[in-house]
This record gives sequence, structure tokens and C-alpha cells, in this order.
Amino acid sequence: MKTSMNRRNFLKTTGAISASLVVGFNTSGALAASDSGAQTDTLSNAFNPFVMIDDSGVVTVLTKHFEMGQGTTTGLTTLVAEEMDLDWSQVKVGFAPSHDDYKNLAFGGQGTGGSTAIGNSYTQYRQAGAAARDMLVRAAADAWGVEADSVSMSEGILSSGDNKGSIGDFVKAAAALKPVAEPALKSMADFKLIGKDKLPRKDSFAKTTGTATFAMDVKVPNMVYVTILRSPKFGGTLKSFEAGDAASVNGFVDAKALPNKAGVAIYANSTWAAIKARKSITAEWDDSGADARGTAEMVSEYTDKLNADPTYDVTGKGDLAAVEKAAASAEKSVSADFMFPLLAHAPMEPLNCVIEPTAEGGLRLHDGCQFPMITHPTLAAIAELPPEKVEIETYYAGGSFGRRANGASDYHVEAIMAYLALGGTKAVKLVWTREDDLAGGFYRPMSAQRATISIGDDGKIANWAHRTVAQSIFKGGPLEGMAVHEGVDHFSVEGIVDTPYQLPMSIGLTDYESPMPVLWWRSVGHSQSGYTMEVLMDMAAEAAGADPVEFRLAHLDESVEDQARFAGVLKLAAEKSGWDGKPMKGKGRGIAVHKSFNSYVAEVIEVSVNDKGAISIDKATCAVDCGIAVNPDVVRAQLEGALGYGLGAIMRNQVTMTDGVVDQKNFPDYEPLRITDMPDVEVHIVESELAPSGVGEPGLPPAGPALANAIYAATGKRITKLPLESNGVTFA
Amino acid sequence: MAIQLKINGETKEVNADADTPLLWVIRDELNMTGTKFGCGVASCGSCTVHIDGQPQRSCVFPVSAVGEAEVTTIEAVSTPQAKAVQAAWQELDVVQCGYCQSGQIMSAIGLLSSNAKPSDEDIDAYMGGNACRCATYQRIRAAIHRASDMLEA
Repeated sequence: MKTSMNRRNFLKTTGAISASLVVGFNTSGALAASDSGAQTDTLSNAFNPFVMIDDSGVVTVLTKHFEMGQGTTTGLTTLVAEEMDLDWSQVKVGFAPSHDDYKNLAFGGQGTGGSTAIGNSYTQYRQAGAAARDMLVRAAADAWGVEADSVSMSEGILSSGDNKGSIGDFVKAAAALKPVAEPALKSMADFKLIGKDKLPRKDSFAKTTGTATFAMDVKVPNMVYVTILRSPKFGGTLKSFEAGDAASVNGFVDAKALPNKAGVAIYANSTWAAIKARKSITAEWDDSGADARGTAEMVSEYTDKLNADPTYDVTGKGDLAAVEKAAASAEKSVSADFMFPLLAHAPMEPLNCVIEPTAEGGLRLHDGCQFPMITHPTLAAIAELPPEKVEIETYYAGGSFGRRANGASDYHVEAIMAYLALGGTKAVKLVWTREDDLAGGFYRPMSAQRATISIGDDGKIANWAHRTVAQSIFKGGPLEGMAVHEGVDHFSVEGIVDTPYQLPMSIGLTDYESPMPVLWWRSVGHSQSGYTMEVLMDMAAEAAGADPVEFRLAHLDESVEDQARFAGVLKLAAEKSGWDGKPMKGKGRGIAVHKSFNSYVAEVIEVSVNDKGAISIDKATCAVDCGIAVNPDVVRAQLEGALGYGLGAIMRNQVTMTDGVVDQKNFPDYEPLRITDMPDVEVHIVESELAPSGVGEPGLPPAGPALANAIYAATGKRITKLPLESNGVTFA
Repeated sequence: MAIQLKINGETKEVNADADTPLLWVIRDELNMTGTKFGCGVASCGSCTVHIDGQPQRSCVFPVSAVGEAEVTTIEAVSTPQAKAVQAAWQELDVVQCGYCQSGQIMSAIGLLSSNAKPSDEDIDAYMGGNACRCATYQRIRAAIHRASDMLEA
């Protein structure tokens, strides 16, 4: 997927004209550099900037990943600052434009997701910093007539003997040099910033003073605000609409059918007028292709599919029912059915974006843009523009949890439809309300799972038969080729089929089909498989009469690195939490460990039960092995946050439907985790010299099962259908 | 209708229907975008401002009900409590996505202005209406204690 934009234009729009040394990568991934302005290097190769240094010595790092709170603006900046030995306060950060040069090396296109930002950038951003450093050092050596290896650079100062100068003094000369192909990178022992505890976040000041700009805050000239009236049922299309009294709302501009019949766009001179006028509009919908099922029907269909022979034999071991039968008839066996509800992401900033016409006859999107690689060509195709006439300006995003990354670019498509329906001359700002967000689909899919497990004479798991029914996230989307093999969407069975545990598994999968769009939700399939796997390991441990920690360790071969890291976090969390396997009066402790996004996380949760049987979540102890922790405090924050996000969902969140219409209207019906629910969280990071892996998502999968196992320890209630509050658990 | 609004130490004339929530006047008319829209039903606290020093959810507060009262937004908070809260938030790197944090800070300032030494329970009770989907709550608690210590020092 190629996207392009005028590179020269980019520096103009970001006001970085004074930059005098610009270092980056071209589309084939080679280092390139130039002076300010023209984004071609000395060999006339076009490239995009990753690092810009101006003549006052200020360094600006352009992050190819957007910032939804996960800390990329701090993380990617750290990598450059480390290699350039900069003073932390000397480095600024900006968002890169939409361009293929900024592709996520894990995806092959520009986008943020899968907890890949630090991992895929780790070498690349260090190389950019190291190349800039090397060029500045060589420029200074030339000017002083000394050997380059006699020149040192620290905190923005170059020096050799009595010679001394700011890096700003040498940017012009450095820009005339050619970057080396493979600049030498620092060894870990020389790190001053990577792994330092703690480097202040780059976005803290703006986000505590009300000055951080989110797309919701964008206002451009000649702009109207737009809300959309959508079909109450998924798959419904617009037949006709009546504007009613909308025109009597002050500020109302117009109402138009979206060209793709997805709804009615209501245009107004303020957000409030667009929200208010929408209430007056009535529409008729063609429901012939719509989904009119309710949750009870869906649950029953999931159950029927769970009972039928699976469509896909994921492990290629043949008759799953026969394995189940044998396992169930063993002397010691456990079996359980699991049911997971639909979940909304509900990021704090409701979806929104601005599209405006550019002077060059193109258009500019203002957005907390998570997937430029999808959004850019999608907008160009709908507007019938060459890709280089489309620009994307990225802002802070008020959370995402997966919602803003979308193969259909759903809200951008709405915005461009509304923009075109109005004639393409006025800027439009599309605003979703919270009601739109909760009813808007792209949910974490439901999943029904069943496991039948037997324990052998050696006290270990002898057989594990597992069946899953889930709606595929990737089938029919742009990333299908990456995720789906021989019919199996890997993300429907991830965390089970690739568990580090040594388990004799037989896995079957059946897809559920629906016109309702589903989407990755923080940790994707692991948000369910973490729960099933770790609740089942607890049940199996009990059946085997073993301690949950010892039992898990018995299924790991620590001579294998992957399993050793998995066992390592398990042991660390157990140790730090004071795990002793003994029952505690009125309390319970649960443990869970899960690998996702190449990181390993174990969590111990401690709960107490009051005299009415209500549960309080008192404490969580987390251990994480994510390779090198570039910013340990950001790692801790992500673990705290993922744990909280997971707990809130498992405790009480679900999207339900009656006759195809979503029941939840606003936060009171989809109550977020509150400060009153949040336990004290302690995070322990395993020291590592291995390449960094993800931290945005891996803290989530173990949170739910650790809580469920703690509730079981405290009350004897084994909950396998979620959310907990709808299935017999009350929280204090 | 034309409405006089005392906000951030100035008097501004705005044109809005009487029932327009104060939030949208602040954001769309006055272009002060630090105050956020999160739910529109006073359920998340992202829109919290001070009206005569008291935290209020501006998304359900009709602009016509402000009257002579003084409105203060995140852009203009300046009391010792406000400075301590912002400094503590920065010191502990509370924020993640940051979208709810203006509201969290406005509420925390309200808490410390009425209770200089809040306990964990006081904090949970006062801050319960401010949702954070990033779940930064542990740091919010710690930062409120830190701000309280700064004010005491």
C-alpha cells in the first residue's frame, strides 16, 4: 500500500524551515540526510526526516507512531537522544506526516498497533540518532582539523582538546556530508537514557495544562460541525429522511444523505447545534440486510456452534470429540464452558476528525490517526484524488485501545462522505457522541470456548481438548493475508495455540458470522484466551491437587528461553506478592501468567470479601519481561493501565442487543473502571538484554483470570461467563 | 441570545441559546479547548470547570445558569492548590492519553481546596465521578497526596 505526499510541503507545514540538519530514511530504508528545506539528499534521493537539528542546537524527533497514551512520543525520542547523548530537555517531539517512509517495520505500512512501536523502532530510531551524531562529529573534526575519533559529543556540545562548540554550529557542514550506511550504535553498557528510571514523559506538561491538542480541539477556517444519524441496526441502509424541526435549531446548516447510504449528515455551526438538530431528524431504513438478532439469540447460536463439530481442525489432530470423550472419562479431569461478551473500546475522546480542502485542490485530514496506511489511500480513493493530494496531520489521540485502527477507516469514511455531500469546499468536523461510540460497532467479538482436560498419573495434563467459536476480526479486511491461514484466523485462537506451556492440545475452531463489525480490542484474542487458559490451569491444578504456581511450572521446560521467561515472571510475581498457596480468611489470592506481543506478564491479585459477600480488589502485583525496558516508568504505567482496563471490562462491561439494537446508551450503562475500583498496583520489571517487545497490551490478559482465580480462592465461585457482575459476583 | 460570561478573569460576550451547555460555549465559541467533551451526561468528568471555585460538569450546566458567577478553566487555574496539583501530576507522570486529565486536575484542585490532607478514602469518594479509561487512578491518588505534601511544605 503506497502513500505519498509532497515532502517539501511537510517541512513548510510543520514550520521547521530553520532545521539545518535533517536525517531520515528513504523508502528503501537507507539512511539519508540533507540541509533544511528540500527533502532530497546530496544524491537527490527523496527521503523523510526522522531527526531534525536546527542551528540553535534544538533537536526534534518525528515519531512515525501516534500517541494514544502508550508513551511513544517519549520512547522514540529516548532512542534518538540516547545515541546523540543529548540532554533530555534539548529534545522536542513532533508527529510524522503520512508517508510510506514511516512504515511500521512490523507491518510494512504506517500504523500503530500490536504493541509494536518500540520494538520495530528500536534499531531504526537509534540509527537515525547515531547517523546524526556521526555527521556532526565529522563536521566538527573537519572544521578543527582533528581526527574524528578525538571529537566527543555530549549534551549538545562537541569538543576536542581546546575546541568546543554547540551542535547547532555544525549542522550546516554536517548536512553536506553523506551519512554512513550503518552507523555504530552504543553498547548497552553505555546507555544513559535507555532504561533510566525515570525520564519525564514528553507529553506531561501539555496534558496537565490543557494545551495538548487533540483532533477534537481542531478548528480550521470555513468549517462546519457534523453529526451523523446512523441505522439503529447493523447492516441497515438509509431509504429516506425528514429534516423535521432541525431548521429551527440555531446554527443548523443543512442535512444530507451520505452518498453511501450509511446515514444522514447533519451540518451546523457548532458541535452543540449539530447534536441538537440531529434529534429532530427522522429516517427510514432498509433493514433487509440488517442484523436483528438479540444477545440471547446470539448466545444460543454460539452455544449451538460450540456443540457442533468444529469447522477447522487447528492442530491437525483429527476427531476432537473423541479426544474430549477420552479426556472426560479419565480419573481426574476438568471441563468448562466459557462465554465472553461484546466489548466497546470507549476511548475517552469520542471519535472525530476534520477534513478540509487544501489550496492545491486536495484535502487534509486532521486526526489522531492510528493507521495512515489504510486511511490515506481510503480517503484518496473516495475523493478520487491521487494519494499525493491527501495529507494527514496527526494529533494526540484521547485513547484508542484498538478503536482508531480500523481496516474500514469507518469514521474517516463518514467524514469524507459528509465532506463530499456538502460539495467539498467547506471543511467538516465530524464529531461522535458517547452514545454514537457505544452503539457504533467494531466491538471486541464474543467468543464461546470449551475445554476438556485430563490429568495423568504423573499429575500433569495428559490431554487438553479445546474448541472455540468466534467472529473473525481479520477475514474480509485488508490484513487478512497476514492473519488467516487455511481458514483459521490466528487471532481467534492466539494465546491458546501458541502458549509457552507444554500441553498436548487439540484445538477446533468455528467462525461466527454477522454483519456487525468487530475489531481488535486491547490485546485482541488474548483478551479471551488469557482468561480461559489461566482459569483452566487453576482448575487443572486443583484437580491434580497441586499448588497453582508449582503446577504451572511443571508444564514449562526452563531450558528453552521462551518458557524460561514465562516461568521467570511467574516466579517473580509469586515471590513479590508473598505467594504461599495457603488459604486466607476472608481473602483470596489468584495468579495468572500470559505471553502476548512477545512479552511475558504474570499478575497476582488479592481480594477481600465483606460480610455481605461483596468483593474488593485490594492489591495487584505484576511482573513483566519485555526485553530491554526503554522507559521503565512508561512500562509500569502501561502495566498499571492495562490491568485496570482489563479489570473494568471483566468486572462489569458488556455490549448487549435487543432485536439488533444496542442496549447501552452512555457510560452509566457501560460503567468504566473508577478510582474506587482500582487496587494498589506494584510492577516489577525483569532486567533483560533482549530486544524490547510490547507493553501496551500484555498487561491485560492476566488481569481477568488473576481476579477470577482470587475470587474462587475467596468464595469458591468459579466464574466462566463474563462479565463477573452479571454472573453472580458483587463488588464492594 | 447574547450572554455575558465571566471567565478566566475576563468578561466575554457570547451568542448562544440559553440551554446550550457551558462546555460548548467554552470550546466552540471561546476556543478554550482544554476542557473536554467525554460523555455529555455528567458521567465522566472530562468537562469539569470551576464555577465560583467549585468543580462543576460543564457538559450539563446551561450557559444561562452561570449568571454572575466566575468560571475558571484548566487554562487559567492559578491558586496554590492548582499549581501544586499540576506540579505533582508532572512529577509523577500521571497522564497517559491525557484526554480526561484536565477534568481530573480540576476535580483534584477542588478536593485540595476543601480538604488539605485527604486520605485515600477521601480521594476515592471525591474523584469517583472522574473516569479515566487509561486507568491512571493509582497515580492520581499518589499525585493528590504529593500535591498535599507540597502545599504543606
